[in-house]
Amino acid sequence: MTGLEVLAPGPLATVQDLGRPGHAGIGVGVSGAADRGSLWLANRLVGNDEDAAGVEVTFGGFAARARSPVTIAVTGAPCPVTVAGRGAAPDSVLRVPAGADLRLGAPSRGLRSYVAVRGGLTVPAVLGSRSADLLSGLGPQLLREGDVLPVGPAPARFPVVDGAPGRPIAGDEVTLRVVPGPRDDWFTARALETLLSEPYAVTSECDRVGARLDGPELSRAGVGELPSEGMVSGALQVPPSGKPTLFLADHPVTGGYPVIAVVVAADVDDAAQLRPGARVQFAPARASARPGATSSGRSS
Amino acid sequence: METITLRVLPCGDTALLVESSGLDDVLALHAALDVDRPDGVVDLVPAARTLLLRFDPDRTDAAAVERAVRETRPSEVTRSGGELVEIPVVYDGPDLADVAHHTGLSERDVITEHTGYEWTVAFGGFAPGFGYLAGGSPRLEVPRRAESRTRVPTGSVALAGTFSGVYPRSSPGGWQLIGRTDLVTWDVDRDPPALLRPGVRVRFVEATTSADSDGPASTGGAA
Repeated sequence: MTGLEVLAPGPLATVQDLGRPGHAGIGVGVSGAADRGSLWLANRLVGNDEDAAGVEVTFGGFAARARSPVTIAVTGAPCPVTVAGRGAAPDSVLRVPAGADLRLGAPSRGLRSYVAVRGGLTVPAVLGSRSADLLSGLGPQLLREGDVLPVGPAPARFPVVDGAPGRPIAGDEVTLRVVPGPRDDWFTARALETLLSEPYAVTSECDRVGARLDGPELSRAGVGELPSEGMVSGALQVPPSGKPTLFLADHPVTGGYPVIAVVVAADVDDAAQLRPGARVQFAPARASARPGATSSGRSS
Repeated sequence: METITLRVLPCGDTALLVESSGLDDVLALHAALDVDRPDGVVDLVPAARTLLLRFDPDRTDAAAVERAVRETRPSEVTRSGGELVEIPVVYDGPDLADVAHHTGLSERDVITEHTGYEWTVAFGGFAPGFGYLAGGSPRLEVPRRAESRTRVPTGSVALAGTFSGVYPRSSPGGWQLIGRTDLVTWDVDRDPPALLRPGVRVRFVEATTSADSDGPASTGGAA
């Protein structure tokens, strides 16, 4: 019988793929791996399609037993890995014999590690994705001890390398590039300067929905209520407290607090590796053409 | 000749937030862009005054998406051309009396107003399958409840602001509950899973008793 039996999920483990884009109009968020690049690398190492589902392990502690021989890779936050009790390298192709255990310790840096299994995890898909969306409850449940994760047939492609260096996972001092807006004009000029110059700390309220940050308050220029509007991963939404929340994979589809700036797509994976206590410095992204704000007349 | 004023705002480097003066413009723009989606646009998120366009930076860029938006002729079919869904409602919600009090109407008049207009799904976002229904009776504008409920039952029919809605699943909620329906508005095993998608027209019909008083069962009513 093929499959991976969960012996221990650690603090939090979920099945994730690249999510379910395209359903925002009916209130379904994208979800998917919080650090997409790390899941992508793990799948590539074992020869999977890039949208195969794997396990997103939050702060290590994950253990599983192979019910049949499986080929795996562990990427993302670097953590001690053992296969059948022997140390194994992250970011490499690992063979786990039938009956042997895979164990992940706590990461030295970062928060989320990824386990890809050759053939992919074939739990039932919901709206085209096997991702657990922890905000809406769509997709598979949180992994628990005793769960058996089915593994699909091996793809035709074979692993082409034994290992590939992952993106370096930053420690507890991280710089993230942001594009100001869309609602920077709801804040004082000083607020954006503050955001771009002062460090912010990641609080313990930090999950797949987002990370609440602590640091200097970002003051609004006026009062008023913003009608809810579409949100994206990387958005820095500022509630009345003035302390921003950095949205991650399971962020709400719409939100009613103004977004002062948005982390560029290339840095969202790094944002997903921030753990409580980490310090973030926001830097302006290289200037690009800012869309105009002019009126467009048209007949209809 | 009609002019729509649009502000196009950056939303990171892979999305644009298009702001218009109101809901009707958003509906018209969304309807047009949904039918004729600009290359590389992967998600459209309509809301009360804005439309968010997420794009794939490998296939397009912000300037091209902005150009496509500005060249789009807003669709005029939103108010009449969308699919029509009839929702049978038993009007026995716990907030019906409060809604009557807020609006100065009798409970009977609240029901008459709620069933007497054709609503349109303007946008989603609160939960999978929840549609914000707009264009209903202007006399039914009510505030949200002062205290949210921790659990609103599946199928609850509700009002808040100028919107109406149907809770697709049991969830916390702060809207005023005026009734309930057996119509299943959200089912992930159905295609499409959401009955109330942006652009769909809705008419509420008073039902004297629910088809199955133990819970949602009927899927009838969709036109």
